[in-house]
Amino acid sequence: MYDGGKILAGLAAFLALALFPFWEPAVGGRVARPEPKIVTAEKRCVRPKAEMRQSHMELLVSWRDSVVRQGQRSYRDPEGKAVTMSLEGTCMRCHPNKAEFCDSCHTALVVAPTCWECHIEPKERA
Amino acid sequence: MRVIWSLVLVGALAAIAFAGSRAGGEAVFAVAVPYLALATFLVGLSARVIGWARSPVPFRIPTSCGQQRSLPWIRSSRLDNPSTGLGAAGRVLLEALAFRSLFRNTRAELREGGRLSYAADKWLWAAALAFHYSFLTILLRHLRFFAEPVPGFVALLQGLDGCFRVGVPTFYVSSVLLVVAAGFLLGRRLLDPKLRYLSLPADYVPLVLLLAIAASGLLLRHVYKTDLLAVKDLAVGLVTFRPVVPEGVGGLFYVHIFLVSSLFAYLPFSKLVHAAGIFLSPTRNLANDNRRRRHVNPWNPPIVGHTYAEWEADFHDKLVAAGLPLDKE
Ligand code: HEC
Ligand code: HEC
Ligand code: HEC
Ligand code: HEM
Repeated sequence: MYDGGKILAGLAAFLALALFPFWEPAVGGRVARPEPKIVTAEKRCVRPKAEMRQSHMELLVSWRDSVVRQGQRSYRDPEGKAVTMSLEGTCMRCHPNKAEFCDSCHTALVVAPTCWECHIEPKERA
Repeated sequence: MRVIWSLVLVGALAAIAFAGSRAGGEAVFAVAVPYLALATFLVGLSARVIGWARSPVPFRIPTSCGQQRSLPWIRSSRLDNPSTGLGAAGRVLLEALAFRSLFRNTRAELREGGRLSYAADKWLWAAALAFHYSFLTILLRHLRFFAEPVPGFVALLQGLDGCFRVGVPTFYVSSVLLVVAAGFLLGRRLLDPKLRYLSLPADYVPLVLLLAIAASGLLLRHVYKTDLLAVKDLAVGLVTFRPVVPEGVGGLFYVHIFLVSSLFAYLPFSKLVHAAGIFLSPTRNLANDNRRRRHVNPWNPPIVGHTYAEWEADFHDKLVAAGLPLDKE
């Protein structure tokens, strides 16, 4: 007695499931990931770009802790310029296009910051 | 000593990836190795399963912990001692999803005075369950790198997994649990002299490799961060067969992906194929219906019968000469 048919059916089911990322784009259609768009006329961010990309959340949280716990609102960027530590007042002034900037990355990587439950999103300009 | 070899092996793999990617081998570690590893995994696993599919079904061994189905008024245990295919499927599913046999694990110990005692040992079961489910969760969460748009359940899973919101970025319960559970499984082998005696390098390598993968992943998320957008470009490139070699993802990322590739390539040839083999455990997936259904082994020789009528025809003349009565007249 052999059960080859059932075993091969199981193997086929496993392969179909395991290769989901390979056939899903063919079925679901692939959308290119949007690039985050910089709209400000300024040349630099508050820290070097590579560092911002990887650890802006840590910077934001250290700003928050500094403001809320120490009452210290002034930050010196690498060039020694004083910057006010503020999410709405600083980050979002240079990056007012939240949907095209912050969210473009966050959606692609399934990040949902809870900040906007309290902080006010900048009004999108068309 | 055997665990030292495993540590050396995994350490060497990590060093190869780190040094190799530094020396300009990014394309090798980001594209060639993952494709090769995936091909080895798929072909190797299929070959093993096809090998099993070509083997005859063994005689049913009713190792069961429940009442067999007999008379209608005796209650039978449908899952522990199934008499139907459906019941056996249920038993296999419980085995695969809840590790039911491991739940019955006992531990033999020599107490003082030379008394041998057996006691329930649920820790192995709990750690194994925690480990496997965290691993599954982590694999599914990693879909955020491979799929664009990301399927909705990934967000749900991430939300549940990161519900404690400890730190930014959040520590996931599953990645911490994976390290704790795999650490327990490794510690169990190292601390218990009986188990240490029984353990081979093939037992240590998977655990050490997994711990190294988890450690490199946790470091990537919380300490030596990488450019996740570039990782996503790489992963999406791989699954759409338009590979790109990203810039600035860092040596640690290559360590992570090389160790993962090693794990996948190693899986079909190691004890880790139990992932597929569990479904073919004869004492789990065969219903206990030996007494009702005839089992035919394919290697049984064909039964060559010789009927009385044929025998009578063979000796017809002699029977007639001896004056014996014949059936065929
Ligand atoms: C003075 C204006 C300004 C402010 C204030 C500012 N940014 Fe930027 N930001 C920029 C510019 C300009 C760039 C592009 C830098 C480049 O291309 O080198 C950038 C880049 C970035 C990037 C990287 C984008 C990418 O494509 O990798 C992130 C993330 C970012 N900013 C987040 C923030 C956050 C969070 C804050 C608040 C803490 C902030 N920025 C404050 C101007 C600003
Ligand atoms: C270059 C892509 C990119 C851009 C642009 C970007 N982010 Fe992020 N952000 C990320 C990634 C990636 C993470 C999550 C890292 C992880 O999950 O490991 C993140 C995480 C965060 C977190 C922490 C969320 C959490 O719960 O862990 C906050 C807060 C955040 N981003 C705020 C912002 C704000 C505000 C902006 C716009 C000014 C912005 N980000 C723009 C990529 C980006
Ligand atoms: C429960 C509501 C709430 C949430 C959620 C929240 N904040 Fe805040 N945040 C506050 C309040 C209140 C202050 C104090 C405002 C002040 O003193 O000016 C503050 C201040 C800050 C500040 C410094 C002051 C300023 O003007 O921005 C930063 C930076 C900040 N939060 C970042 C974040 C980030 C990043 C997140 C998301 C990870 C977040 N916050 C989520 C309520 C919240
Ligand atoms: C066996 C497969 C794998 C295992 C067990 C594994 C394990 C882990 C773990 C435990 C983490 C810690 C953070 C978290 O849980 O999300 C992590 C992070 C990470 N892994 Fe993996 N991984 C695997 C495969 C891969 C692959 C194939 C890639 C390549 C795309 C990858 C890229 C990453 C990256 C970039 C991070 C950092 C994530 C972040 O910062 O959020 N991993 N991995």
